[in-house]
Amino acid sequence: MGKAPVQVPSDRPPPEKARSDAAVGAPRKKRRADAPPGGSKRWMAGAFLAPAALLLGALVVYPTIDTIAQSFQANQAGYPWQRDFVGFEHYQAMFSNQRILTAIKNNAIWVATAPAIITGLGLMFALLTERVRYSTAVKVVVFMPMAISFLATGVIWRLMYEEDRQRGLINATLGAAADAVSGPGPYAGANVLPQSGLEPADGGGFATTESVEAGGVARLALTAILEEEVPEEATQAQEPEVGPNEVGAVVWRDFKPGGGEVGVVEQDELGLPAAEVQLIDANGDVVATEQSESDGTVVFEEVEGGPFTLRLAPSNFATGFAGVSWLGPSLATPAIIGAFCWMWAGFAVVVIGAGLAALPRDVLEAARVDGANEWQTFRHVTLPLLAPVLGVVFVTLLINVLKIFDIVYVMALGAVQNEANVIALEMYRTAFGATDFGAGSAIAVLLFILVVPVMVLNIKRFRRDV
Amino acid sequence: MGAVDLDIAGTEPQTRAGRIARALGRGPLHVFLILIALFWMTPTFGLLVTSFRRVADASRTGWWTAISEPRQLTLDPYRQILENDNIVRGLLNTLYITVPSVLLVVFLAALAAYAFAWIDFKGRDALFVFVIMLLVVPLQMALIPAARLFGDIGIFGTTWAAIAFHVAFGLPFAIFLLRNFFIGIPHELLEAARIDGASEWQIFSRIILPLGMPAIASLLIFQFLWVWNDLLVGLVFTAGEASPITVVIREQMRQFGSNLDVIAPGAFLSMIVPLIVFFAFQRYFVQGLLAGSVK
Repeated sequence: MGKAPVQVPSDRPPPEKARSDAAVGAPRKKRRADAPPGGSKRWMAGAFLAPAALLLGALVVYPTIDTIAQSFQANQAGYPWQRDFVGFEHYQAMFSNQRILTAIKNNAIWVATAPAIITGLGLMFALLTERVRYSTAVKVVVFMPMAISFLATGVIWRLMYEEDRQRGLINATLGAAADAVSGPGPYAGANVLPQSGLEPADGGGFATTESVEAGGVARLALTAILEEEVPEEATQAQEPEVGPNEVGAVVWRDFKPGGGEVGVVEQDELGLPAAEVQLIDANGDVVATEQSESDGTVVFEEVEGGPFTLRLAPSNFATGFAGVSWLGPSLATPAIIGAFCWMWAGFAVVVIGAGLAALPRDVLEAARVDGANEWQTFRHVTLPLLAPVLGVVFVTLLINVLKIFDIVYVMALGAVQNEANVIALEMYRTAFGATDFGAGSAIAVLLFILVVPVMVLNIKRFRRDV
Repeated sequence: MGAVDLDIAGTEPQTRAGRIARALGRGPLHVFLILIALFWMTPTFGLLVTSFRRVADASRTGWWTAISEPRQLTLDPYRQILENDNIVRGLLNTLYITVPSVLLVVFLAALAAYAFAWIDFKGRDALFVFVIMLLVVPLQMALIPAARLFGDIGIFGTTWAAIAFHVAFGLPFAIFLLRNFFIGIPHELLEAARIDGASEWQIFSRIILPLGMPAIASLLIFQFLWVWNDLLVGLVFTAGEASPITVVIREQMRQFGSNLDVIAPGAFLSMIVPLIVFFAFQRYFVQGLLAGSVK
């Protein structure tokens, strides 16, 4: 047959061109005049259209009408023939149902963020990749997630978002960054017993209940430390010997098999090394800070007078970065939107990239010759010329986001489904979870009404092209 | 992706010094693009690595620890799920659903698109506008009545129900795409065939289908990925032993952590086919995407 002189996708047109192909009406008009008259055309057209028409009628058109009808009927599982007319009852109930209101709110968040973010990312990546030789490689990598299912995306991002920083890469990264700023204390979770002579201090940590003078020794007894949490270099705890101008302390794990006596350093009780101990004067000011030795001893030298309080600094007990609960109730929607953006950015890059490639070179050249810089060329030449393509990308994403279902259904599990709910998910849950077909139909109709503007836009576009 | 990586002519500096200065100035650009590429690959790579780990390892440590400790990697999860009837059946069901739906959509849509493009009949444009309207109708509008209809004719819960529904909801886009392509075929070819006495069917099968191959290929790829990756239709219309892989894996996700040795390799197996199709026919996929960014 050879290479056909056809127009549409054979040479990768930008979306503009693909659509304007509908406009190749001129030859058709001519042919229409030449066409032999007669009713056989109609019969023939019917034969070609019939199979598609039958399926569309039975599974798209009739169900759509029936769904609209059902949205005004009471219709629950088990009573399929009792379709009593209930007017707008389902619609009224919809707007007082907290789950649906949450779904509508979340859909609004999706619509307000995802299409704009993805179109913006796509524009940025398309402009940047245009400047390097390996642009195709970058585009393929970014585009690849478009080929996989929402389910696979959901599994992939559940792994990324894992709350435990040992297992989720995002929390592991954030945790490493947080540790670099201020790490967890060595004795997170440690506590004190009531009679131990220590009490929780203002501003965190633990302080002695009784004051110490120069020459004295304080016992800083901690409990609730697991054996494996004690550093390996720890040795038998002992009280330091201090001179008259010194204050001493011992930080130790006040526990041994069998319990032991509270507040007393005993055989087999380990010192706690590397604990930060502060010496606080009567005004409440920290006058010195020391770290404990492997036997738990601390000695403040060249100390005069008193009284002092000793405090185990709050940093000893800092719990550190716990891991963000990305898929928990409060962050699930933004987290899922993030996964969606990862999936769809490639779509925007490729479509906008094709639009960029199809821009008239002479116009860009003319702008440069006239002395416009990169930004001016982009702002006043590229962007206006690209606007239709950006519009197509944005509207495509808008429709997809309005109907979003799979990725939420896969990523928000259990109770989080209520918090991350979207309209399409609520429709599924109402119709097929709660088997309330009437209310489910009403939610479907709501979704339908939301896409009607896009439908009108498509028809206008078609009419303009013809 | 040929045309896209052309540089804008005339912007290349001519001297060697100029080129070096430019290359250095672009350092941040290269770093940024490489970081982007890494960022986009990492999550998928994470699933790949996870799919080769044991649950015992995966419940304690992150997948990245397996890079420095390759002993963690094992083929066991894949061995196990290939013996797992649910997963294997799910993959086969996905195949059984996808192949017929894709072929049927393309064939039925090609027939209809030919009529819309090349047969003159009253009300043609109005009917085509109706097809355009159907483009954006959400699946949700048809789920309940279609489920009842399938129940009445006794195919609810089977792969046939999913196939029929996929075909029906694939048609508007397919007709739209093919009609817009067919209409660009030079009318002289058809006129000549008509004058020679060819029947409409002969014109369709001997001229339109071969010439329409580029668009048909795009549609095949597009529809293939769409049906293969579907979750909702499978969820609603198939049950038990007829469920596609996406539904089977979703059921396992209730206990995400403990079922990870099924979920991760299962998800990866379900991705392999679309990825192969994507890499092998990328060009057509992109074309379909460009032509059809309206759905």
